Amino acid sequence: MRAQTADRIATGFFYAGAGVVVLILAGLIGYILYHGASSIDWAFITSPPGGLAAGGGIGPQIFNSFYLLFLTMFITIPIGLLAGIYLAEFAKPGKVTEAIRLSIETLTSLPSIVVGLFGLLIFVNYTGWGYTLMSGALALTVINLPMMVRISEEAIRNVPMELREGSLALGATQWQTICKVVLPSAFLSIMTGIIITSGRVFGEAAALLFTAGMSSPPLNFTNLDITSPASPWNPFRPAETLAVHIWKVNSESLIPDVRRVADGSAAILILVVLFFNISARWLGRRIHNKLTGQ
Amino acid sequence: MALAKFDIQNLNLYYGNMQALKDIHFDIKPQHITALIGPSGCGKSTFLRTLNRMNDLIAGVRLEGSILLDGQDIYQPDEDVVNLRKRVGMVFQRPNPFPMSVYDNIAYGPRIHGLKDKRKLDQIVEQSLKAAALWEEIKDRLHRSALSLSGGQQQRLCVARLLAVEPEVLLMDEPTSALDPISTIKVEELITELKNQYTIVIVTHNMQQAARVSDTTAFFLNGELVESGHTEGIFTMPRDKRTEDYITGRFG
Repeated sequence: MRAQTADRIATGFFYAGAGVVVLILAGLIGYILYHGASSIDWAFITSPPGGLAAGGGIGPQIFNSFYLLFLTMFITIPIGLLAGIYLAEFAKPGKVTEAIRLSIETLTSLPSIVVGLFGLLIFVNYTGWGYTLMSGALALTVINLPMMVRISEEAIRNVPMELREGSLALGATQWQTICKVVLPSAFLSIMTGIIITSGRVFGEAAALLFTAGMSSPPLNFTNLDITSPASPWNPFRPAETLAVHIWKVNSESLIPDVRRVADGSAAILILVVLFFNISARWLGRRIHNKLTGQ
Repeated sequence: MALAKFDIQNLNLYYGNMQALKDIHFDIKPQHITALIGPSGCGKSTFLRTLNRMNDLIAGVRLEGSILLDGQDIYQPDEDVVNLRKRVGMVFQRPNPFPMSVYDNIAYGPRIHGLKDKRKLDQIVEQSLKAAALWEEIKDRLHRSALSLSGGQQQRLCVARLLAVEPEVLLMDEPTSALDPISTIKVEELITELKNQYTIVIVTHNMQQAARVSDTTAFFLNGELVESGHTEGIFTMPRDKRTEDYITGRFG
């Protein structure tokens, strides 16, 4: 009887712990969406910010965020994947491998503002590019790469040894085995990881303040000349992202409807990140179904 | 008597400091089924894996002695391991079909060896599935995931996948240990049928299986090859006391 009571009380605590987590998240998201909902409309997500007047939108910022995400992933994925393959398939235990792992762990724990300042020194000043999308993408790569390496290594390691052996026993080389059996089997897990890190990259602000900058030239989407500073596709133009915009609007903006713009931007940001996470879970389910042959 | 397919001499194998195989001398005859029996950890699987150099994948393995395949030492420094494994294929303990369609599983081998002709591939897939006695069962499901097949079908698919690269030797590492009795019988029938064309070496825990399918049986214990000979002889009149103890179920 006493054991049962103790069991019930303990169970109650576990439920309470889980409940608190859900409450915090639901409260936060609910608050942001509730306040943001009224300011989101088509004009808000497509038009440029107002400058000094009320009624501006966040169109360029949304575009910049996605474009920056694309550039970052374009650099991160190949490097991270290659490093992950190396660590999972080729690295032998030893000094070199240990040094690589130590570097990755250290990179993972760097505060993003430090990466931002490092980016300012190297990708902005040293290169002479000034505040550009490319500088921002490189700074984000520094933040994202360790995650990407880990994700790929983990995903590749999780491919059962038997599949590798099956391929090698047919006379495949190690390289053929990696390309045709290991990577396809790990593909969905790697995709899931990429999407989750995308959420992080999308919401990053501190590393971008001093690299991609806080200003955005007016964008003319019909301008396809990627060397022109007014072309949205030019990776060497300054670009303010959504997360940076939220920070800037709140700290130094002169527009009268700060609250509306900030609430709306935050809501959009949260929605996009939520979308990333939900699609990652959906992919995760597909992996499971694929592996079990359903 | 035909020349030995494999001629193994003075074979010693170490995992670090642990000696896993001790001074093995053994001939494996062509077009013949050789069963390797013995208790867990006796070295029979390790021995099997020396024949297509699968042990190369394990760090810290050291090997002494020689293994001749058709008279050529497969542990020569300039041996082409990829080509060796094409000639000496392997079926594993647990069915390990690739997570792709039945068709792609079988076409995998020919494709990595450079075959692109669709018609030729179709032909190989059909032939291999027929040879593995699987064609009738799954000919309508060639483009479904191989993982949707039953365990026994998966194992026969793995055999078919191997046959598609036209090996000379089939190594089988407890191929039925993960299967139910009916699937086991089907795989055993398949093994017996393949004997005419291939040299087969099968590791098994199951002494009845060794007795049912093999021509020659070799008994391993603690890394030593205790006794080998005609399967019937081994099971009815073992020469060594340890073999007798093992096959009468006194240990193992």
